[in-house]
Amino acid sequence: MALKDITLGQYFPGNTLLHRLDPRTKLLGTVAYIVALFLAKGIVGYAVLLAVLAALIAVSRVGLKTILRGMKPILVIIIITAVLNLFYTPGAGEPLAAFWIFKIYPEGIWAAVYMILRIAMLIACTFLLTYTTSPILLTDGLEKLLGPLKAIRVPVHELAMMMSIALRFIPTLIEETDKIMSAQKARGADFDTGSLMQKARALVPLLVPLFISAFRRADELAVAMECRCYHGGEGRTRLRVLRFRGADVAALAGSAALCVLVGVLRQFGL
Amino acid sequence: MSQSIIKTQQLRFSYAADEGSVPPVVLDGVDLEIAEGSFVAVLGHNGSGKSTLAKHMNAILLPTGGKVYVSGIDTADEDALLDIRRTVGMVFQNPDNQIVANVVEEDVAFAPENLGVPSEEIRRRVDEALRQVGMYEYREHAPHLLSGGQKQRVAIAGVIAMRPRCIVLDEPTAMLDPIGRSEVMKTIRALNRTSGVTVVLITHHMDEAAMADRLVVMAKGKIVSDGPPRQVFRQVEALKSVGLTVPETTELLWQLRQAGVDVPLDALSDEECAQALYRLLQ
Repeated sequence: MALKDITLGQYFPGNTLLHRLDPRTKLLGTVAYIVALFLAKGIVGYAVLLAVLAALIAVSRVGLKTILRGMKPILVIIIITAVLNLFYTPGAGEPLAAFWIFKIYPEGIWAAVYMILRIAMLIACTFLLTYTTSPILLTDGLEKLLGPLKAIRVPVHELAMMMSIALRFIPTLIEETDKIMSAQKARGADFDTGSLMQKARALVPLLVPLFISAFRRADELAVAMECRCYHGGEGRTRLRVLRFRGADVAALAGSAALCVLVGVLRQFGL
Repeated sequence: MSQSIIKTQQLRFSYAADEGSVPPVVLDGVDLEIAEGSFVAVLGHNGSGKSTLAKHMNAILLPTGGKVYVSGIDTADEDALLDIRRTVGMVFQNPDNQIVANVVEEDVAFAPENLGVPSEEIRRRVDEALRQVGMYEYREHAPHLLSGGQKQRVAIAGVIAMRPRCIVLDEPTAMLDPIGRSEVMKTIRALNRTSGVTVVLITHHMDEAAMADRLVVMAKGKIVSDGPPRQVFRQVEALKSVGLTVPETTELLWQLRQAGVDVPLDALSDEECAQALYRLLQ
């Protein structure tokens, strides 16, 4: 797996309907979608959600390929969950296949398929959120949505700022990891062979310089931010002011409708 | 003479040391006045205290002795901190570590946002700053996909969007390739010439220092030479004794003089140097 394949938290600039929506709408919409995903029970529910996702991906012009590439790192998790569901779902009828202590029932196959779909769609819809929303807008939206928590002394602005800086430094740190890895490989380090223990041990000379440099970066960044008059969230204005538009209202109504629809379908076991 | 924007008086600085040991003195009585609108280069070897001096110019560090004034305000005055930082902007060596946002224009907007500037005004300042550094077409790009020189220009735009009267640049080209270096130097010069922003350039590149109106040479926490570049570079022996070299043109002429050839020492540009040699050969 090449490090550049990690697309977590990346943003692809664009000017589609999905890009233009208010980040708060997109955040709430994503939450609604995830709720719907966990409400879905039968094939009709999943089909509806899959169709919605496909439509959103098409509108976003991000490309199915990019989304699938982003899922590569979590493929293992998807497979493990699917396998566990396959073997451990008890069925009412005769098992389809049985060997030693394992029995596979038709219900198990369904559970595995649903689990794969559920995780993949969950990841895809959150990717869609970060791909179409600039991190600054995303954190802005989050800061606004969580704003009421300030009343109970939750440091909302600080949390939002931390999140946006973390997102900003992901590509930089990935680049750096790549560089350190190459430097270590050039001096004979081996990251790819050996037992799991040996592989883990090979990571130590990679992580130590990475951490040291991350701390140095943090220090320099803090000074640079102070030089640009950063003094917390008080009295800060924004380049882009968040505003709900007609499209946002429609999108929110759509999200709510989706939850209700999938909930109703669940009642009928579809 | 015009009014000075930065003024240090007997500035001394040493880092806190462990008990029992003598704290190392980084700045040892620096008296410096920087005139508004000027282009000053501070030249020095590693450990000469030049970066520490820069960090005193907008109250990142506070003097352990003496005073620093920014347009008349004592930098030790905590209530005036924002005023000081807004007057004197600072650009650092590593562009990666001073860019805050994932989108160029949002990064440039960071300082005016902190200052509470209204949104429409921020938009105007961001566009203007990006045009000044020639990065307007890249306003929607992600900074990590830009070249080093471009990133550093974004960092400069991020500072000028604050509308500072003075910019201090601490070795802004140290991590750049030759193309990036010349882009950044051109930007800095244009800022000084066309917008009248005071520029303090901390560097150890002789050719960059030669572009300034005034050159301050530091060694061991003290100013050892101060004057127009032509005048300073003539003191070849003095510069060599503090571990600095001189521009290649000056070096050539100096070597010739050492060999007993009569050439002027103050021909700084390639052109002037060539002229001097041409006259000699005639």
